Amino acid sequence: MIEKLLVANRGEIATRVQRTAHRLGIGTVAVFSDADSDAAFVRDADEAVRLPGTAPADTYLRGDLVIAAALATGADAVHPGYGFLSENAGFARDCAAAGLTFVGPAPEAIAAMGSKVEAKALMEAAGVPVLPGVTVAPDTDLAAAGERLGFPLLVKAAYGGGGRGMRVVGDPADLAGAVESARREATGAFGDGSVFLERYLVDPRHVEVQILGDGHGTVVHLFERECSIQRRHQKIVEECPSPAVSEALRAELGAAAVAAGKAIGYTGAGTVEFVLTGQEFYFLEVNTRLQVEHPVTELVTGLDLVEQQLRIAEGAPLGPDVRDATITGHAIEARLYAEEVTAEGYLPATGTLHRFDVPGDVRVDSGVGTGSVVSPHYDPMLAKVIAHAPTRDGAARTLARALSGAALHGVTTNRDLLVGILRAPEFLAGDTDTGFLVRHDPVALGAGTLAAGGHRHAAAAALAAQAQHRRAARVLGGMPSGWRNVGGAFQRIAYRLGDRELPVAYRFRRDGLDLRVDDEPLDLTPVSVTPDVVVTEIDGVRRTHRVHRAAGMSYVDGPDGSVALQELPRFADPHAITRAGSLLAPMPGSVVRVLAEVGHGVTAGQPLVVLEAMKMEHTIVAPADGVLGELRVGSGDQVDSGQLLAVVEEPGS
Amino acid sequence: MAVLRSALDTRSEEYRRNRAAQLEAIAALDAELEKVVAGGGERYVARHRERGKLPVRERLELLLDPDSPFLELSALAAWGTGFTVGASLLTGIGVVSGVECMVIAHDPTVRGGAMNPYSLRKSLRALEIARTNRLPVINLVESGGADLPTQAELFVPAGRIFHELTELSSLGIPTVALVFGNSTAGGAYVPGMCDHAVLVDKGAKVFLGGPPLVKMATGEDADDESLGGAEMHSRVSGLSDHFAVDEPDAIRIGREIVARFNWRKLGPAPSYPQAAPLHDPEEILGLLPPESKVPFDPREVLARVVDGSEFDEYKALYGTSLVTGWASVHGYPVGVLANHRGVLFSEEAKKASEFIQLANQTDTPLLFLQNTTGYMVGADYEQGGIIKDGAKMINAVTNSTVPHLTINMASSFGAGNYGMSGRAFDPRLIFAWPSAKLAVMGAAQLAGVLSIVGRASARSQGKAYDEEADAARTAAIEAQIEAESHAFHITARLYDDGVVDPRDTRTVLGMSLSAVHNQTIEGRRGFGVFRM
Repeated sequence: MIEKLLVANRGEIATRVQRTAHRLGIGTVAVFSDADSDAAFVRDADEAVRLPGTAPADTYLRGDLVIAAALATGADAVHPGYGFLSENAGFARDCAAAGLTFVGPAPEAIAAMGSKVEAKALMEAAGVPVLPGVTVAPDTDLAAAGERLGFPLLVKAAYGGGGRGMRVVGDPADLAGAVESARREATGAFGDGSVFLERYLVDPRHVEVQILGDGHGTVVHLFERECSIQRRHQKIVEECPSPAVSEALRAELGAAAVAAGKAIGYTGAGTVEFVLTGQEFYFLEVNTRLQVEHPVTELVTGLDLVEQQLRIAEGAPLGPDVRDATITGHAIEARLYAEEVTAEGYLPATGTLHRFDVPGDVRVDSGVGTGSVVSPHYDPMLAKVIAHAPTRDGAARTLARALSGAALHGVTTNRDLLVGILRAPEFLAGDTDTGFLVRHDPVALGAGTLAAGGHRHAAAAALAAQAQHRRAARVLGGMPSGWRNVGGAFQRIAYRLGDRELPVAYRFRRDGLDLRVDDEPLDLTPVSVTPDVVVTEIDGVRRTHRVHRAAGMSYVDGPDGSVALQELPRFADPHAITRAGSLLAPMPGSVVRVLAEVGHGVTAGQPLVVLEAMKMEHTIVAPADGVLGELRVGSGDQVDSGQLLAVVEEPGS
Repeated sequence: MAVLRSALDTRSEEYRRNRAAQLEAIAALDAELEKVVAGGGERYVARHRERGKLPVRERLELLLDPDSPFLELSALAAWGTGFTVGASLLTGIGVVSGVECMVIAHDPTVRGGAMNPYSLRKSLRALEIARTNRLPVINLVESGGADLPTQAELFVPAGRIFHELTELSSLGIPTVALVFGNSTAGGAYVPGMCDHAVLVDKGAKVFLGGPPLVKMATGEDADDESLGGAEMHSRVSGLSDHFAVDEPDAIRIGREIVARFNWRKLGPAPSYPQAAPLHDPEEILGLLPPESKVPFDPREVLARVVDGSEFDEYKALYGTSLVTGWASVHGYPVGVLANHRGVLFSEEAKKASEFIQLANQTDTPLLFLQNTTGYMVGADYEQGGIIKDGAKMINAVTNSTVPHLTINMASSFGAGNYGMSGRAFDPRLIFAWPSAKLAVMGAAQLAGVLSIVGRASARSQGKAYDEEADAARTAAIEAQIEAESHAFHITARLYDDGVVDPRDTRTVLGMSLSAVHNQTIEGRRGFGVFRM
């Protein structure tokens, strides 16, 4: 019997594991880094232990500190969640040595599957179909290996996951560089820089099978999940069942997964990942942990996978509910990330989540809430939103509506992209594969939700601000808004939406409201206006927009989309004028390299500073020929979005 | 509290006729106000903008708190004279950083913002309102100085501007000058006399004598910047407290200055529920007869102006030509005196005197709604002591120290104008509706009186009376008096603080009441000798 469970993780998964533990009557202990000291999962835990520092290597990857925390609080089991220590065989072993139950498979199974190279060999031996590949050793002839496998090929971290340390290489000339950078990323993220090469199937489907094994030799599968919608090899939309899997194929996949599990004597929850093209599937890897996307399986089977993990860890055999599980309906999960979807890629976003509210009949597994601070230190996933409906179309529709109606204020998210995907005809037809977001421009896909260019939203924001001004007025608050007895001056307020400016001018007249957005008249009748809710009628259509103002932003959510409008100050701050040639950090991250020196000449396009944020390196280049006049950062510095990095001056200035 | 019931039939022919006539009067008002807003006209406004300068109304809008109301005063100053209507000056009460302020702003597109005799009266009236109601003053300065051809009328009284400014300061009422452009010679004393001065870089020119005058006087060669630029005054002379990089920056600084006044209103906050009237203010237009001869019940007006249409009448059955009672507007209590059937008899005068004393006992501001033809004449009334009773009322009005607000709804003739707190009796603010008339008496009566006097004089001298000449003279006089009684003519001469749309009355009164409450509200307990 587990009495007290330490969750060696953070964010939504820590919260999710605690939820089941508490339901089962199990006490919980959280561990937290300095950056997470105010996080929800820390508040929700019965007890919490601080891990000093913020970097994962100092905190959530420190198995010794985690075990010490478990011992200090009297916990008898450790749930590793996903990522961090979840697939670290050494940690599993250390737990056992410390007398703690590790909620997961045996260290041997983790070790066997931890190296993707060894795992492949094992699976091949067990009769599971695999893709050809080569392990990179110091003496490996990369060129020859590449030629043998053919291009494009994939460079993968042997101990990686979640897309980290992974590179697709199309050109043989790029192979060495890709191996080097994958190695560096893997070392940073997983503490092991081993990589291997593998044949790369262009745009297959990603289909995985959930398995559960108990300590009594039983391994069952809980059907497949399709996770083909990926950006940068990271899943963002997952579902169960897969629209591409027939009953017969499901049986084949399930059998292969169970065979894989049995081959390594698997206990606990695991996932066998495959790539699927047509009816052919190949083994990819086994994830010896709970997957991020496990909720879709839970919703269609009615099982609680964390509960199953805990039962298995307690030594119980799999029950009939697991052995006879069936699929009911269809579940789709969307991963809500704090990130900006741009033509240049997906840039992690940070900030304070002034409001987080997802409406509708959906499951929300979230590590954040209103008031949470999204820091640059960890994975930028905010929450998973999962819909369950009798049909796939129904689930997609429910999920899209919940997401589009969500209040997500203060942090840029990929919400619009997710909604765009869920409403895309190709997605709805089930034509999903890993090339989906290559074929479809993510920016265009995510641009469809905002109607009328945001004019209605800007109008609603202005009217709400107006109501707030009247309400907060120290004197004359009861007078008609903006009243004039001579002339009819317009009240003016301007917003920035993306790279556009949306000035709003309005005046309340005896015969109604006279309102213009971006110098275009908008025939709008205010039905009711408060600082929070603006009901308007435009061309006979009544709509309600919710307006939330925080930190200079107006967040407007309506049936015609959501926007974050930055209110432009009425008066310029004389101190805030940025010098020409100033280079600002495009996102939060850390400086990995500085490539130029102050006083030296630079040419347009010359790399000056390299930033790393999450999984990407961003190079800041000189905007024009000139001289590096100022350099404000050094290697290793943590920078915030918009922070001044360097100034390029005109020669001789 | 008693709620007023309305007997107004909004479907009647009379209502439609009244409304049409009032809309016409309002349209005439709006047409004049449009000229005021246009300032010096498109060409001069464009030239002003080309110099990187903001028109006066844009300066004002930037200065005021977003979405706050602004009560412009004396907008039609100089109407019907040789000077541009508005008198090259904009004044009014508005909210800056949460503080009700008197804004006095030059319109530099009208003859360079030069001051004429009407601008002077408008400026002095604004300063007087600021002083009596304790309103901080913000000057938006850009003026070429005096309109020199009228200097004879200007020079001596204009000194009063500086007197007022420094007196305000001595009373603890802050004064601010935001200098955008010319502020030379006498004008240089505006930033000089104000508590706070902000000068705009490359715009402000503040000196006693410009380069030509200096050259003539001393032979010195000096340029504008060294004589009076923002940089010089901020770094060298110290006349400028704040150096503004541009016009918006000066306004930003001005707002910050006001935000630090630590301003507290001395009068009490609104103390009644600020419920809207039960009847639509729009209907006021339909109850106002176009002919001043036709009386109307002022209770119908009150039902469309006061909070919740609630009005507790005082002495409802006595002196019924004058309606008196208690109400509130935007939460501020008021005592109301409103003419009903025009004429003030002895009873009305005595009722008013008592009521004014009661209001002073309870520190309640008074609202005078004028529609009066004056005190009753005739042997019975003279013998009944109408002079003594009228004197009581004027005594009470004069010595009352609670704030008075006056609105001429339709007519204000004879001593009725005095008794009903006309301009000479220092109402804190006084307005008129567009079709209102004001004169010593009605045009026809005045012309008729002159005709009778002329006839009597001819008779006493035994001369024949020229009936034809009399008719022509009578008609001419009637036309002249009619024109001079017109609301625009009155307001042009600063005899009131503006002509307002009747439908805005509740807002105008609310803003006025809020403004007067910056000052202590204290009634007089002892009065002068009442002649009984």
